[in-house]
Amino acid sequence: MSHVSHEPVPCTDAERRLRALLERGLPINPRPWLTLGEQCGMSESEVMACVYRWQAEGLIKRMGLVVKHHALGISANAMVVWNVPDEAVGELGRRLAAEPAVTLCYRRPRRLPDWPYNLFCMIHGTRRDRVLAALDEIVERQALQAIPHRVLFSLKAYKQRGGRYTREDDSHDRRTPQPA
Amino acid sequence: MAALDLLDRRLIDSYQRGLPICERPYAAMAEQLGVSEAEVVARLQALQDEQVLSRVGPVFDHARAGASLLAAVAVPETQRDEAAEVINRSAGVNHNYAREHRYNLWFVMTAADEGQLEARLDALEAELGQPLLRLPMLEGFHIDLGFPIPWAELEGA
Repeated sequence: MSHVSHEPVPCTDAERRLRALLERGLPINPRPWLTLGEQCGMSESEVMACVYRWQAEGLIKRMGLVVKHHALGISANAMVVWNVPDEAVGELGRRLAAEPAVTLCYRRPRRLPDWPYNLFCMIHGTRRDRVLAALDEIVERQALQAIPHRVLFSLKAYKQRGGRYTREDDSHDRRTPQPA
Repeated sequence: MAALDLLDRRLIDSYQRGLPICERPYAAMAEQLGVSEAEVVARLQALQDEQVLSRVGPVFDHARAGASLLAAVAVPETQRDEAAEVINRSAGVNHNYAREHRYNLWFVMTAADEGQLEARLDALEAELGQPLLRLPMLEGFHIDLGFPIPWAELEGA
């Protein structure tokens, strides 16, 4: 429910290296924090303390298994875009976000004349017909018949990976899974 | 599609969030699930190798981690794969999808800050020779893809 914040998160050099490593994922061995510490120049306990802090500060939203839904068969991925009157977009965004079928929901700017839509939500499902049925239910339940919308199903994923935010990323930014 | 057994499913159901931050996190997970640490390590490695998992690790807050933006471009369908390759090669692109619309390629670009992001977008726009629809996030109402997996529905799909 938060407004987008651009508050900078202060980082030491070692912490920035740790972030760059974490963006690629945790090593899968019995002492992953120790391995990360060796790679970025921190002790195991410093790494863990840092990760704790980043969770508390909200820089890290969740920590765990990041699933590729398509590989599991959750392959009907619909981006539904709505043209909502500006004064109603916040409230409708919160209502859509609370719908169980909605996996992502956010407000973006219109780009007229090409793009009149200012509210986006994502519905992930196993089949196109089920996703469309879920959308129909949402339109009905939330009384959105008068709000113009479009459904953009994905046809193909050309790339799907976690975000990379660190500046030094460019040099080795070529789908390399994880540094050794 | 990957065939996952009960332990794989329990791992995913239990640990899309809340991975323990302790010296031996996989041992802690194993204890919770009643299996050995070696088993958890082997399963996670296999799931990652099979591309069921993108990774084990953190999901960063888009806005606090740096700058990011959703962009779209309309290219002729016959040039879609080629344009997608150009986008994939561009630094900072983490998602890139074809979608059913005149704007047929949709991607997320990230960077350390707004300046680097704009520079990357400008360079890509020039390379594609098409204007980009630039759609920054103004307000997030729900941003978390760690949703419950509908195993039963997947079996019947």
